[in-house]
This record gives sequence, C-alpha cells and structure tokens, in this order.
Amino acid sequence: MTALLTRPSQEGRVAPVRKRKRKWAGWAFAAPFTVLFLVFALLPVVASLVMSVTDMRATDLRTPLSVNFVGLDNYTRLFSDDLFVRSAINTLVFVGLGVPLTIVAAMAAANGLNSGLIRFRALFRVGFYLPVVTSIVAIAVIWRFLLDPEAGLVNNLLAQIGITGPNWLGDTSTSLGSIIVMAAWRNFGSLMVIFLAALQGIPTDLYEAARLDGAGRWQQFRRITLPLMRPALLFGAVITGIGYLQLFEEPLVMTQGGPLSSTLSVSYHIYNQFGFGNYGYAAAASYVLFVAIVALSVLQFRLLGNRDD
Amino acid sequence: MTRDRIARTSLYLVLVAGLLVVVGPFLWMLLSSFKTEAEIRSVPPTWWPSTWSPANYRDLFDRLDFPQYFANSAIVAVLVTAGNLLFCSLLGYALAKLDFPGRKALFLVVLGMLMVPGMVTFVPQFVLVSNMGLANSYAGLVLPFLAGPFGVFLMRQFLLAIPDDLIEAARVDGAGEWRIFWRVVLPLCKPALATLGILTFLSSWNNFLWPLVVATTDDKYTLPVALALYAIGQNRIYYGLLLAGAVVVVLPVLIVFLALQRHFMRGIATTGLK
Repeated sequence: MTALLTRPSQEGRVAPVRKRKRKWAGWAFAAPFTVLFLVFALLPVVASLVMSVTDMRATDLRTPLSVNFVGLDNYTRLFSDDLFVRSAINTLVFVGLGVPLTIVAAMAAANGLNSGLIRFRALFRVGFYLPVVTSIVAIAVIWRFLLDPEAGLVNNLLAQIGITGPNWLGDTSTSLGSIIVMAAWRNFGSLMVIFLAALQGIPTDLYEAARLDGAGRWQQFRRITLPLMRPALLFGAVITGIGYLQLFEEPLVMTQGGPLSSTLSVSYHIYNQFGFGNYGYAAAASYVLFVAIVALSVLQFRLLGNRDD
Repeated sequence: MTRDRIARTSLYLVLVAGLLVVVGPFLWMLLSSFKTEAEIRSVPPTWWPSTWSPANYRDLFDRLDFPQYFANSAIVAVLVTAGNLLFCSLLGYALAKLDFPGRKALFLVVLGMLMVPGMVTFVPQFVLVSNMGLANSYAGLVLPFLAGPFGVFLMRQFLLAIPDDLIEAARVDGAGEWRIFWRVVLPLCKPALATLGILTFLSSWNNFLWPLVVATTDDKYTLPVALALYAIGQNRIYYGLLLAGAVVVVLPVLIVFLALQRHFMRGIATTGLK
C-alpha cells in the first residue's frame, strides 16, 4: 500500500521525456514473446473458432480462404455423431473416476511422507515422481508388457493366487479402467508434491493442541488437515480435471482408442477427424472441449472453493 | 510406545509397497532390456536376466538410426528451452516490474491460454506451419513451443517477490533498461530460470503429438516418435529393441531429474504445474 502511495512522487522527479520513454519500454521487453504468442497461440485459437463454422478440409490447406461458411452445422452434426457422443461419455467417465483416484493416491503419498520420522523421504519422493517425468511412449512400452494377458506381470501375479486375469486392454469391460489406473499411476506424483508443500505449511502446534484435547489421528486429519488443505485440493482438482478432460496420449499409445471405441476420448476423436482431413469438424469438436474445460473449472470452484462464504 | 511403533512400521510397509508399484515396472524394463528376445516373451516372465546381453542396445544402432533421433530430440529441446528462458523472462520482467499500457490485458490473455486445450490450437498450428513451408523442419518442430504461457507465469511470480529498490537503485545510477535487465534482474532470477529450464527441457524431450505429425521423414524423428512408430507400425515387433529404446528415452531425463530434483519440486510447489 505504501509503495502505491509513494510512487507518484517518485515518478514526478523523472524528466518528462524519460518518463514517456519508460512508459513504452515495457513493450520492448514484452514484444518478442507477444509476437510469437500472437502468431502461434492466439491466431490459432481464433482461427480454430473461424474454422469451426466452415467446411474446411485438408484439401483446402493451401487456400484456407476459399472455404464455405456453414454456420453451426459442424456443432449440430457433432451431437448426432455416435462416435463423438461415445468419446464424450468415455472422457467423462475417465475424468469422474480418474481425478478422485489421482487425488486420493496423491493425498495418501503426501500424508505418508509428511508424518514425521520417515527416513529415506527423498527416495520415496523421487520414486513416486518418476512416472511424471517419463515419456508416455516409454510408459506405454512398460505398461503393455505389464498388462499383456499371457506374458504380463499383472496376470502372472494374479495367477499365483489362483485368479485368471482378463485381457486388460483387449476387453471392452476393462480397457477404460486400465487406462484410468495407468493415468493415475502416471500423474499422482505431481499432485503429491503440491500437497506436500501445502502440508508443510500447516503449523504443527495445531496438531499438538488437538492431541492434548485427545483427538486421534483420523480426527486430526479430518478436522485440521483436510480443511487447511482445501485450497491445495481445489487447485489439484482443477488442474487434474483440465488435464484429464484432454485425455489423448494414453489411449493413443496403449489401445488406439479401441477395442470397439471403448477408450476413444474427445481429443482422440478430434485427432482422428484431423487425420481424415475434416478440419472444420475437428475445430468445432475442439471448441466443445474448450467449453467443457471452462465449465468444469467453474463448477469445481463453486463446489470446493469458499464454502464458508 | 508400542502402538507408535506398529503405526510407523505399517506406514513404512504401505510406502514401500507403493514404491514397488511405481518404480518396480521401471526396474523390470531396465532388467528386461538385457534379456534375449526369447526370454522377454517367456511365460511366466522372469525378473533377473538368465544371460546378460547388450544385443538390444546394439540393435538400436544397427536396425534404427538411433544417434540421429537422439540428436533431433536434443536439438529441439535445447532450442525450445533457450527460447523460453529468454522470451519468458523478458515478458515476466515487464509484467512484474514495468508499467506499460495494456499490461493487465496482456497478462490475462497469456494466463487464459493455460486453459485452452491443445486440440484447439493443434489443427490451425499445423495449417500455419505447413503454409509457412516449415513442415518436417527443425523450425516447424520448435517455433510453436518458443513462447509458453507457463514460463511467463513462473517468471512473473518469481520477479514480483524481488524488491523494487534494487532496480530503482540501478536506475538512479543511470543504467539503461536493458542493462538493468541483463546485469541486475537476470542474475537474481537464477533459481527461477533453473526451474523453468528443467521443466521446459523435459516437456520438450517428452513431447509426442506435435513431432509425430510434423516430422514426416526418418531424419527429423525425435526419440519418442521413432519409438512409437516402430512399436505401432511394424509387422514383427522386437520387444527387446523397444525396451532398450525406452531405457534410452528415460535415462537422460532420469539423470537430469536426480541431479536437479530440488529445482523440480520447488517449481511445482510454487506454480502447481509440471
């Protein structure tokens, strides 16, 4: 506040010419990024919206301005496209189960590592974080071996306790579930680090006071940890939700969307439409996804944020 | 006392089990990359190789042009990282410390970009890069990733915490704006630059979709693309080769990560993004 109040008098001492020069100096620093950002980010965002109301196809690649305006046709077609509806349902199931699973795994790991007196904490932290920094292609190589119906580790472990494991990725009843578990396995590490930072921000005397009042571990967790973690949990839910709504790489490398479109996601459907050359249609689908992401974020802020207000 | 001990032991058991589930598959990948093709396909699977053989790694060079893919991945990652460090710190500084017309609007637009799904920009970016004649070129692989909103956010947040007095003092001493940026601001930003550099390098190294679409010939493939195309497109897949390839993709990342993990953790904890 004081900085705000003293600034005018400081600036008053600077000569007028210098001041005007300095007023625009900011843009000299901002310009390089802004130019790249305009061309490679903002222009595509606008172009996508424009494309979504045209019949642009791959054959119009060299002459993007010669396409026809088709209004909202692409959007209405989307919702009568069985594959799109299927991909939307798959994606919602993935988000609905995957986000809670990832958050629970991250919370468990963070609380386990934060509960004092743990040796090798750095080792655990690095281990849990390892999948986050690993290329999805390498992860796919590993997981396809793990889940192989005959030679895979998972089914051979199950066989030792007398269970015949299913063909995880090849059966429509287990394929999406396998992708969900794999995504949680891959991503919980980054949430764990965020939650660990939040946990370390909670004053320890709160727990001490609760212990003196006779509160058990579970009560301490419910009455102190959870409420104080709410901002971090909300943040984790929002960024994981945004990421998971864009599910794409996992099914691409694991199942190619199959079997029978059981792991086809919205992003994957868009990618396929792009591959078929249906650019306008793909752009419309991508905007539907965009709207869903904004809607989910707003919803999560409503549900999890500021409940006391 | 004993209850505490039981609690601690069970906590350890749970954590170790978790670690096995997460790290076990990586160990298995590393061990299996030294097995023969027959042993990899054997039922039930083995953990320890019955004979250690470097044949799979030799095949990376004999059957595939692996040094080329490795070099492509490294070139693209280094260029993307250098670009982000420069452009994001420039804009981050301007947003945090300089007052200029349109500053707030610019920040909001850049920040808003974090919510835009990749698929929205994907198709127009491809059209744009193709029409610029940059398909299947390093420029086409690098340019769309040079100015990431994440880096701006990170640098701005870091710079906001640096006191204005340092910059003001340099100004009073008559230093120009550029000189202040290079001599005063950037040296102070080292921790943030380290975090941004590592995170950017990693995401570029692991980037998959864009190079898969833009790189169309062997000589421009990055490692993940080459590995994926080899895994998906072939009639007869050599699993040993695939596992050795996966080890080579993961290893540089693992080394960088282990050496600099403190920067990672701090970067993620302060910005919440990977």
